[in-house]
Amino acid sequence: MNIVVLVKQVPDTESPRKLKSDDSTLDRAAADGVINELDEYAIEEGLRIKEAQGGEVTVLSMGPDKATESIRKALAMGADKAVHVIDDALAGSDALQTSYAIAQALGRTGFDLVVLGSESTDARTGVLAAMLAERLGVPQLSLANKVEIDGSAIKVQRQTDYGFDKVEASLPAVVSVVEKINEPRYPSFKGIMAAKKKPVETLGVADAGIDASQVGLANAATEVVDFAEAPPRAQGQIVTDEGDGGAKIAEFLASKKFV
Amino acid sequence: MAEILVLVDHVDGEVKKVALELLTLANRHGEAAAVWVGPGYENAKDRLAEYGAGKVYVAADEELTSYVVAPKAALLAQLVAEKSPAAVLVSATAEGKEIAGRLAVKTGSGVLTDVVDVADGLVGEHSIFGGGIIAHAKVKTGTPIIAVRPNSIAPEAAPATPAEEQVSVSLSDNDKAAKIVEKVVQEKGERPDLTEAAIVVSGGRGVGGAENFSIIEGLADSLGAAVGASRAATDAGWYPHSFQVGQTGKTVSPQLYIAVGISGAIQHRAGMQTSKTIVAINKDPEAPIFELVDYGIVGDLFQVAPQLTEEINKRK
Repeated sequence: MNIVVLVKQVPDTESPRKLKSDDSTLDRAAADGVINELDEYAIEEGLRIKEAQGGEVTVLSMGPDKATESIRKALAMGADKAVHVIDDALAGSDALQTSYAIAQALGRTGFDLVVLGSESTDARTGVLAAMLAERLGVPQLSLANKVEIDGSAIKVQRQTDYGFDKVEASLPAVVSVVEKINEPRYPSFKGIMAAKKKPVETLGVADAGIDASQVGLANAATEVVDFAEAPPRAQGQIVTDEGDGGAKIAEFLASKKFV
Repeated sequence: MAEILVLVDHVDGEVKKVALELLTLANRHGEAAAVWVGPGYENAKDRLAEYGAGKVYVAADEELTSYVVAPKAALLAQLVAEKSPAAVLVSATAEGKEIAGRLAVKTGSGVLTDVVDVADGLVGEHSIFGGGIIAHAKVKTGTPIIAVRPNSIAPEAAPATPAEEQVSVSLSDNDKAAKIVEKVVQEKGERPDLTEAAIVVSGGRGVGGAENFSIIEGLADSLGAAVGASRAATDAGWYPHSFQVGQTGKTVSPQLYIAVGISGAIQHRAGMQTSKTIVAINKDPEAPIFELVDYGIVGDLFQVAPQLTEEINKRK
């Protein structure tokens, strides 16, 4: 089975995340880059499916040079090879354009199954799986907390507010996973060493069949008008409990008409 | 004024509060036209009328709710083509955003996800990077598709007499590619939905174990609140993951958020920072959650929280 796992390098949540003042895009230099957390669950799920079904796991990532770090991590976890879509023309692409570029790249890699995290911790749009399914004309099996494959039949549990939906479809398909679907493995030393020798193919926009006039900041369907640091919240009242802390909160809540 | 389509969130005819918020927002920037998908409209029509749905497109065919997301996007795309609305509003729930995503591809339109307000010119306000930055963005191409965070807008009653129009859409094979064979409802009791609740009480690492979450639930129930949990608590298996508030869980924006035994790491703050009033109970005076609070108690949650519950119950 040809399993393609999508991986995104994001700014570390723990480091200062900023937008650049000139073009309002993410300031990637200001923050340490890490692999998007939910992508680790996607890699793990891809590896488990490969282990059960046979086949190959390809990591597909779009992003600047630094994305190599996240690609290496995915390879160290056990993916077989990687495709890195890298081109200055892609910088500043919004969700709609990103889905176009990745769909084109998937046309080059081919796939039976695309696995990705349900959202990234930086943009948090949560739209990519849906957009890809729409563009590729394959089933959208998103927000999965359980995946079962039997031949070309695929069943997932889709997490919902009320519980979950049982969803059935046929491969090829796009699956997005939620946290807790599995326990992602840590790369072993052997895995880390092996990752250095695994093939990473780099594709520019032309190589990936991406029309450069459809991507990048200037051609985006959305634009950031302005941004500013959020005003700090007014300093609240902080009281050390002297045996009446609960009563004091109740008074505060009453003063705000919550009780 | 042009129509603004509002996709109505409902569960079997019971309208979610966010739908009323979207109707209010739509009427600020145009004329709200509700889009109803699936059975149950008859039970909901009075409520939609009360909150200003001057028009309702009713697509009652149950088939539209039998497949994952795609049929709703197909219906909206057809309405966008036929009615040329000024914008489409959906709720910024996981599913709402997915519908927005597919609709954006179908119509070649830009999409704004998780806005907390919409200003003149359909400029969306976003609270990003864990609430640290307020950004404004707009759609340049196509029909603006805007996903709005629940609890961001106060719904206002604005009685209307809706003009109803039955609509249907023929689904393609692609729209029917992911079939929902069963909807499994997990017991959540009488508590409100986490993302819709006016009050949320969350427990974290300090709660110390699954058995102690009864303290959180007791406090929540005294306030008619939803229960949430920090990642530390869900990772430890003390509370189900679906109740996790934070960057990799739910984003909530209630009137009142009470954090109990939660230190307030950025991962958690990303999910609750736009709450209107924040209260915390934590034994560590240095906990970052206290930077956010309107009122905080430094103390032992096992003393403070039960006392608070008792005081609230006394005042009823």
